[in-house]
Amino acid sequence: MFQIRIHGRGGQGVVTGAEMLSIAAFEQGRHAQAFPSFGSERTGAPVVAFCRIADREIRLREPVMAPDALIIQDPTLLHQVDVFQGLQPEGYVLINSTRSFDELGVGEFAQRFRRERLCNVPASEIAQRHVGRPLPNAALLGGFAAISGLITLDAVAHAIRDKFAGKVAEGNVAAATEAFDYVTREMEELSHAQAD
Amino acid sequence: MLKQTEGSRAVAEAVALSRPDVICAYPISPQTHIVEALGELVKDGSLAPCEFVNVESEFAAMSVAIGASAAGARAYTATASQGLLFMAEAVYNASGLGLPIVMTVANRAIGAPINIWNDHSDSMSQRDCGWIQLFAETNQEALDLHIQAFKIAEEMSLPVMVCMDGFILTHAYERVDMPTQAQVDAFLPPYVPRQVLDPAEPVSIGAMVGPEAFTEVRYLAHARQMRALERIPQIAAEFKAQFGRDSGGLLHCYRCEDAHTIVVALGSVLGTIKDTVDAMRDEGERIGVLGITSFRPFPLAAVREALVHAERVVVLEKSFSVGLGGILANDVRMAMSGTRRNGYTVIAGLGGRAITQASLQRIFTEAIADTLEPLTFLDMDWKVVERQLERERSGERTGPAAESMLRDVGTVASRVS
Repeated sequence: MFQIRIHGRGGQGVVTGAEMLSIAAFEQGRHAQAFPSFGSERTGAPVVAFCRIADREIRLREPVMAPDALIIQDPTLLHQVDVFQGLQPEGYVLINSTRSFDELGVGEFAQRFRRERLCNVPASEIAQRHVGRPLPNAALLGGFAAISGLITLDAVAHAIRDKFAGKVAEGNVAAATEAFDYVTREMEELSHAQAD
Repeated sequence: MLKQTEGSRAVAEAVALSRPDVICAYPISPQTHIVEALGELVKDGSLAPCEFVNVESEFAAMSVAIGASAAGARAYTATASQGLLFMAEAVYNASGLGLPIVMTVANRAIGAPINIWNDHSDSMSQRDCGWIQLFAETNQEALDLHIQAFKIAEEMSLPVMVCMDGFILTHAYERVDMPTQAQVDAFLPPYVPRQVLDPAEPVSIGAMVGPEAFTEVRYLAHARQMRALERIPQIAAEFKAQFGRDSGGLLHCYRCEDAHTIVVALGSVLGTIKDTVDAMRDEGERIGVLGITSFRPFPLAAVREALVHAERVVVLEKSFSVGLGGILANDVRMAMSGTRRNGYTVIAGLGGRAITQASLQRIFTEAIADTLEPLTFLDMDWKVVERQLERERSGERTGPAAESMLRDVGTVASRVS
């Protein structure tokens, strides 16, 4: 079972992001479960949502306390909420930011994890260009598809179109695609740098 | 058809497939998404000729459902928590009048203090109201139970409450198999009311009954629930024949055959318990799970049969009778009366506290060692309790207890788990 935790703020589509992730996994024939942490449905308040993906029925209903992947939709949470709580040693981290892990003040922490599983992507800026609003959830799923290989970009696009229609859907698909390409490039550059 | 969807949406579609005539509801979390989705289906014409009645309160919601049902309509509503309490008087009327209304209760705690999270306090508060109460373990079962509920209700002439864990199920996206309209039509015949308000043939429903017949009328309600004990498993079998799924029935045993220890519970926590039991089985513990689907009528004989070979029984419940202890545990104890075995009550998940596999394994291990207290509160923060008790012992004006304890803990919902 693979467990993902998404941190963000009320209004950023955190819960919808987890739901779309589960739809993408379902689209690829997997079992998936998505659910929010409840109670903080206020714009700007820290929000957490969870997604589990497995090859058999998922019965576990506890919150994800030891995630295999973290998606951080708002980097200002890094020093406010213990977002890295329970992250597995082999875990993936995707942060919505134009700044590096060092610039975000988590460079030292990041050294404890596999460098090729950590990435930043300017998802809000990408979303602003394609959707007209800085809602980073769909773009981050595109980035997550690239960094983890757990879901395909096609499945992410399917999930976006399942949740949204028309221009909003297509804008988000474009944002997810650009984020996918961005993360893929970052990973390639890193792999070249590591080879040198 | 398999789809990945929200629990509330799945239930709304199942209710729609059951062809209701009247839907009335007042919004309250975590039930709101269900009736919102049904409202959309009525508005876009796909549920015609169903009528969606916006009401001004939960009391009105149940009153409209009563009126609609008495006029021969298949009536549906949904509520939770304080909403269920507010409609309580009408809830008793619906069952007393024998009207086959189906209602979803998206289980949630009851205040004060204000708490919007999940536990079973709301539907437990109505456990003696004369409704059939069925508990869903998964969103698939919630969906399936709604289709079965209309059939059970109309055959028994009794209202049915389908209880599903608020947020944990209602707001969870997971895989469900949505039946076709043709399948549901083949399973659920049109509603033929036993009694109907018809201006052409006037009758009174809800007469005053004095001491001369009140006991007999109440007994009849009990007799109907006892008859439901027979029909509920039969209807589950008919459902399986039509849809191919084991949903509903009175109870479900999991790895109970040779179990020395059996854990009894209701609702979605059964999934986490099953994972815990699998892990403990791998370590050689002989432990199993009994999930009760039909809480009312309570299947005394079937529960006794399922538990009688175990050495100890752990009842884990998301409800609490202040001044006594467990509620489900009490019913289980009645099923086991005359037998001598160790019984433990674990109160868990109140007001939305997460029930984790780690905590369950710890508590079940203590039960197996017979070191568990007869009444235990899972993951209770005793330091916070002691500090408040200490303040109260000081005899000064200590102020509101909940607010004081909150200050000791920190802000609301500040933790991941």
